[in-house]
Amino acid sequence: MQKRVVFNNFWLPYLLVAPQIAITLIFFMWPAYQAMLQSVLQEDPFGLSSKFIWFENFERIFSDPTYLNSFSVTVIFSVCVTGFGLGLSLLLAVMADRVIKGATTYKTFLIWPYAVAPAVAGVLWGFLFNPTVGLISYFLRVIGYEWNYILNGNQALFLVILAAVWNQISYNFIFFLAGLQSIPKSLIEAAAIDGAGPGRRFWSIVFPLLSPTGFFLLVVNIVYAFFHTFGIIHAVTGGGPAKATEILVFKVYNDGFRAQDLGGSAAQSVVLMLIVVVLTVAQFRYIERRVHY
Amino acid sequence: MVENRPYLTFLSHFILILGAAIVAFPVYVTFVASTHDQQTMLAGVTPFFPGEHMIANYKEVLFEGVVGSRAPPVAGMMLNSLIMALAISIGKIIISIIAAYAIVYFKFPLRMTFFWMIFITLMLPVEVRILPTYKVVADLAMLDTYTGLTIPLIASATATFLFRQFFLSVPDELAEAARIDGAGPMRFFWDILLPLTRTSIAAMFVIQFIYGWNQYLWPLLITTKEEYYTIVMGISRMVNVVDAAARWNVVMAVAILAMIPPVIVVIFMQRQFVKGLVETEK
Repeated sequence: MQKRVVFNNFWLPYLLVAPQIAITLIFFMWPAYQAMLQSVLQEDPFGLSSKFIWFENFERIFSDPTYLNSFSVTVIFSVCVTGFGLGLSLLLAVMADRVIKGATTYKTFLIWPYAVAPAVAGVLWGFLFNPTVGLISYFLRVIGYEWNYILNGNQALFLVILAAVWNQISYNFIFFLAGLQSIPKSLIEAAAIDGAGPGRRFWSIVFPLLSPTGFFLLVVNIVYAFFHTFGIIHAVTGGGPAKATEILVFKVYNDGFRAQDLGGSAAQSVVLMLIVVVLTVAQFRYIERRVHY
Repeated sequence: MVENRPYLTFLSHFILILGAAIVAFPVYVTFVASTHDQQTMLAGVTPFFPGEHMIANYKEVLFEGVVGSRAPPVAGMMLNSLIMALAISIGKIIISIIAAYAIVYFKFPLRMTFFWMIFITLMLPVEVRILPTYKVVADLAMLDTYTGLTIPLIASATATFLFRQFFLSVPDELAEAARIDGAGPMRFFWDILLPLTRTSIAAMFVIQFIYGWNQYLWPLLITTKEEYYTIVMGISRMVNVVDAAARWNVVMAVAILAMIPPVIVVIFMQRQFVKGLVETEK
């Protein structure tokens, strides 16, 4: 945690941490405190006075069907993004770990989507699936499938999941590949000598040794799906049609900025904060678990 | 390779090529769309091979902006994005590196309090405190300014942790030797520690540059004037307007321009990128 040799200076360390702490206090702590305060207050319609109402805002949002709908949309969305994202990138990483020729070329071709902004990723996939000009919707029409994500909620949800998975796949791929390459080759060789085939070796040796990486990625992907996909939703569907893609983060934004429901939006923010706290704690427990091998 | 299994090797290559092709597909189609004129797009489906209007389309969006959309010329938006990405990445690196230095190399009251305060920022992404943060920025009269776009985003727990981790791995003897030779803390920092930190700084820069360039929600909140729009937020404005007018070819040119800088950074600084990504999560 700290060096044996330390410098002694009375004011210098404070000066060094000052900028970071100032920004943290002004733009992180204070707004978070404001959100918590706001979540237990109710403002009159003119914003002149406010009164303390305990947990009424929370009771209100949790009995609001649109909020509960947003919760279940978020859960479906995150489960799909995390599941498909991890599954596909694990498959690609295992394959990339196997090949010798062209391994770096494949890697280059698979990691660049990380650099594409979620909103831009949404625009790309939205264009491919655009009901009038999209290439894929054209093929879907040819085979007789009625595709219009602007009207059909399930199709819209599918589209944003696809864009989110595409955007996140390179991140997962890099970590899985690093995890695979850190597994000692001697273990694999020993199993091969004992007569285990590639499938058996994967499930009995590689997969368990990869589980800390997998757990870590699981948490990171849930965080990604919950919070960092705002751009995709905002650029592609705007939460619609009929709130079919309105994830929690989008609802906080919508209720706060469009509907100007301060108390409700603040209560939603607090719920989201609790979710991030749980996820962050889970993520840091991973560091302790990783020491195993 | 443990054993030779030609079929499995073939299958691996096949899956990897298929994966790379699927990953590249939407970008290819976007690029193709950006090289056609409006007539072709109006005719219905996107063609599969590039057309001849590439230069005209890119010239239009860069210097005139998409006609009929509520967005300025793209060259200006790209400049804003560049300013934002550079200010955020350089700012984050500077304030994180000095904070990490103070926490590792000094003993002072409240040291751990500061450490935990920085840690807590991890748990408060912009998305969960949208409205109150907007209010703070508005109260400080930072709406529609470059400071408003960048300063609130430059506090970073991940960068501080990365540098802290690195400083802890630097041998104590270096600081000892520097002290014996009479070097003060700042001299030690500039002449010894900073040169050693170069590779970590490069790795951090790549990650944070992408982070800054790709910001979406923040510029959406902070900017109302066109001259401060960034390209990533500008593009979604165009999409919403353009669908009726079928100006997809030019909007797709904007999409390509929006991803070129960060993608180039990732491809040409691939080593630093992977290092930065893997190490910030330790």
